[in-house]
Amino acid sequence: MNRFSLHDTLLQPELLRAELQDPTCGGYAAFEGWVRDHNDGRTVLRLEYEAFGPLAVREGERILTEARQRFGVARARCAHRVGPLAIGDLAVWVAVSAAHRGEAFDACRYIIDEVKHRVPIWKKEYYLDGDSGWVNCERCAVAPSQPHRAHGSGQGRA
Amino acid sequence: MSAPELYGLLLTGGRSRRMQRDKASLDYAGKSQLARAMELLTPLVARCFVSIRSDQLHDPYRAAYDTIADIKPDLGPIGGIHAALHTYPERAWLILACDLPFLDRATLQHLIAHRASERMATAFRSSSDGLPEPLCAIFEPRSRQIIEQALLQGQQCPRSLLSRCDVELLQLPNPRALDNVNTGEEYAAAQAALAAAAAAPAPNDSGGVLRLNVRYFAVLREQAGRSAEQLETHASTPRELYEELRRRRGLTLAPEFLRVAVNDEFGDWRAPLADGDTVVFLPPVAGG
Repeated sequence: MNRFSLHDTLLQPELLRAELQDPTCGGYAAFEGWVRDHNDGRTVLRLEYEAFGPLAVREGERILTEARQRFGVARARCAHRVGPLAIGDLAVWVAVSAAHRGEAFDACRYIIDEVKHRVPIWKKEYYLDGDSGWVNCERCAVAPSQPHRAHGSGQGRA
Repeated sequence: MSAPELYGLLLTGGRSRRMQRDKASLDYAGKSQLARAMELLTPLVARCFVSIRSDQLHDPYRAAYDTIADIKPDLGPIGGIHAALHTYPERAWLILACDLPFLDRATLQHLIAHRASERMATAFRSSSDGLPEPLCAIFEPRSRQIIEQALLQGQQCPRSLLSRCDVELLQLPNPRALDNVNTGEEYAAAQAALAAAAAAPAPNDSGGVLRLNVRYFAVLREQAGRSAEQLETHASTPRELYEELRRRRGLTLAPEFLRVAVNDEFGDWRAPLADGDTVVFLPPVAGG
């Protein structure tokens, strides 16, 4: 079993956990990611997650399948929040059940690391100073000091 | 239960009686079918093998790859599948015939993405007669017993073998993908069709106008001031489309930081777009 899902309401780990129960399993590992009140030296008040739903679920399930194949775990599950979240809220929940604890820990770690890098979900932080920003996107603009036409292909523009 | 790791097997031990030539060595646009099929299959599986008859062990084309020789002679495709499951009984096998020149990567990806590892096999329903296609299919380790039984009973037809298995049946996304080539005439027709496809201009090469759907997320949604739009464009690839949208919508992100998705799957910046496609430019992600 593996399933990746997006939720616009509170995640309920106690309900999700039941999906991992398996008579062949003696080990269960879970990871919870919470909303933290600071990032990069700035005070965070709240945040918002936005997802590209169909591809997020597809890529998330690919990661879970990889984890099961690589580590030989029985079940893998990941649930991710979208929408506005407050400090302390549960943002992402990952869990794995396996015959033994070693592969459960390893697979759980693999899943959360891959989800952060591959699944099309974006996070906007709102700061104490009134500013806000999309995490990992703030340094991706074309350098403003360069005149824009330097990047163009010489075509006329509208 | 976790899914067994997937290996690939290209069946090349056939006698090609109707063709009277080795199907694996048939040439399409300068490349043998053996090489074309292995190029398709290798990146999609953990390991990839060529299934051979024991008298093909020293064939130089086949020896360039990892091979698995039939254990019992002259059993046809089932003999090859049997040898693979016997050699690596813990692995699942994506089995491919060597006479499918129209097979494409998307078809194999579809098969793998919809694999039902809890059943014995996953296969496509034939677009000509609706029956399961055994020679572009995934056989799970648990199918081994049925295959051995079939061989003991002298049963050699792969189709009737598959009908005895618990099979997950899929619709073929591209109905031509599994058209096979058995005769000289079919070979000539396939060569001509593939040459024509290779020579055809990319969909929007002729300066045509495409109607595309664009969806925006996160920072790009804010910059574009909208979450979706439909537009007509002369752009023929995602790269050209992004350049156009950067100007039209004032997007500031440099394309090297973005990924592109076309029709809800990751795509290629240089691949031609088709009319009606939905394109999404993905800013750097930050889930978790």
